[in-house]
Amino acid sequence: MIRSITQQKPEEELEELLNGVNRIFIVGCGTCVTMTRTGGEPEVVAMREKLSASGKMVTGHVTVPVACDNLTGEITEEYGEQIEQADTLLIMTCAFGVQTIAGQLRKMVVPALDTLFIGKETAHGEFNEICTQCGTCIIGETGGVCPVTACHKGLVNGPCGGTDQGRCEIDKDKACAWTKIYNRLDELGRLDSMRKLQKPRNYLGEPSPGKLVMNG
Amino acid sequence: MVSSFKEALESGKFVVTCEVAPPKGINLEKTKHHIEFLKDKVDAMNLTDHQSSVMRYPSLGAAIMVKELGGEPILQMTCRDRNRLALQADLLCAASKGIHNVLCLTGDSVMLGDHKEAKGVFDLDSSQLVAAMRLLEKGKDLGGNELDGAPAFCAGAIVTPEANPIDPQLIKFEKKIDAGAEFIQTQAVYDMPKLKSFMDYAKQFPVKILAGIILLTSAPMARFMNKNIAGVNVPQELVDEMASAPKGRAMETGIEIAGRMIKQIHDENICDGVHIMAIGKEEVVPDIMSAAGLT
Repeated sequence: MIRSITQQKPEEELEELLNGVNRIFIVGCGTCVTMTRTGGEPEVVAMREKLSASGKMVTGHVTVPVACDNLTGEITEEYGEQIEQADTLLIMTCAFGVQTIAGQLRKMVVPALDTLFIGKETAHGEFNEICTQCGTCIIGETGGVCPVTACHKGLVNGPCGGTDQGRCEIDKDKACAWTKIYNRLDELGRLDSMRKLQKPRNYLGEPSPGKLVMNG
Repeated sequence: MVSSFKEALESGKFVVTCEVAPPKGINLEKTKHHIEFLKDKVDAMNLTDHQSSVMRYPSLGAAIMVKELGGEPILQMTCRDRNRLALQADLLCAASKGIHNVLCLTGDSVMLGDHKEAKGVFDLDSSQLVAAMRLLEKGKDLGGNELDGAPAFCAGAIVTPEANPIDPQLIKFEKKIDAGAEFIQTQAVYDMPKLKSFMDYAKQFPVKILAGIILLTSAPMARFMNKNIAGVNVPQELVDEMASAPKGRAMETGIEIAGRMIKQIHDENICDGVHIMAIGKEEVVPDIMSAAGLT
């Protein structure tokens, strides 16, 4: 299943964001962040302990089932008083959750996490970005591997000179998308697809910010 | 002929190019000195474009200097820092200043350089940049609009003959030629049998190939490249040869090795020429050429 992949912000950054903030209400989420162990109930409780130990007052906390769901507003209503007492909401969800909550509660929000990418768990404890939702899908010509996402430079005509032994020039732990594409197309007897000179990419697929209104 | 470099390529002579790195800052004295020192000794000189993603004086500015000083520039352009509008605009500027030789590169990741948090652009890739040059020559831009005055270029690109795996690189190499590349300057090569086997394949294409030669300055430098530069592989016997150089004379050994490789490439007619990269030691380029028996 596709997930929002997050990582806790560095401690110093979080300290700075909470500088001068005394009363905090913490919100966690029961979905994607439980998988990355960045904002589920155990992390929320640990955060409460840490903040209390540093002299902040935690007015309350809740781990909502799905922070990006519209029902989140109704759930947090139950915590109205504790939320009211807080100066700031510390949100331990991905940015979708942070924005949903910020839109429903009249409070300043501080994200405790950085949302890294939308991806999936490809092996236990290993998450990979699969699609950047560019709006102009080209994987029909690359054997189903997305170079826009999986190539660091988003190249569409083959590898750069930085690739080495199937790894990316920026990180030996990252696979070279074009080695993968080459191998896949070779296996399928379709290297002709890689030989075609691709035109410059169309960035007009869906200009940012994305919005879709369905007719009828 | 669009440029004297193109004329040299087409004359069938053994072509020699070298590279000059623009300065970090506006003190142009050293760059100017290198240009003046080398301009009559080589067929053309490449001006690097924020090499290794380290911000410097622009390659276009340095190429203009070469032109003003009476040399023959090869403008290096990477796709890392400019989108298609900026790339096309700089190509027009270059051509208007008499700079017609352009080497197209993808560009290293910004993460490898000195502005790691910058946005890498890569709106075009190297093969698309070559195609864009050929389109501009026809009086059209990438938006399909007419130009008032079309430029002319001698378009180049690069290849890594020692890449591993090599096959995906070769497909890209062929796409660059299909897009209109007339010359290729290779990544550094040290392994002559590998270069020969690459050239046995590459000779079927209508493109001139200059073998990249990076001057070895010490054994640690050779080991550093082996560890950190993709597609560069200094064989152990050359590392040993560098290590066995008498103290303080490693540079001489490096010059001797580079000269020997160039001589072999020349004498055995392996490539159409060489591209000498003496990274920071531009003053020894003539010594390398003389060690190769070219002067």
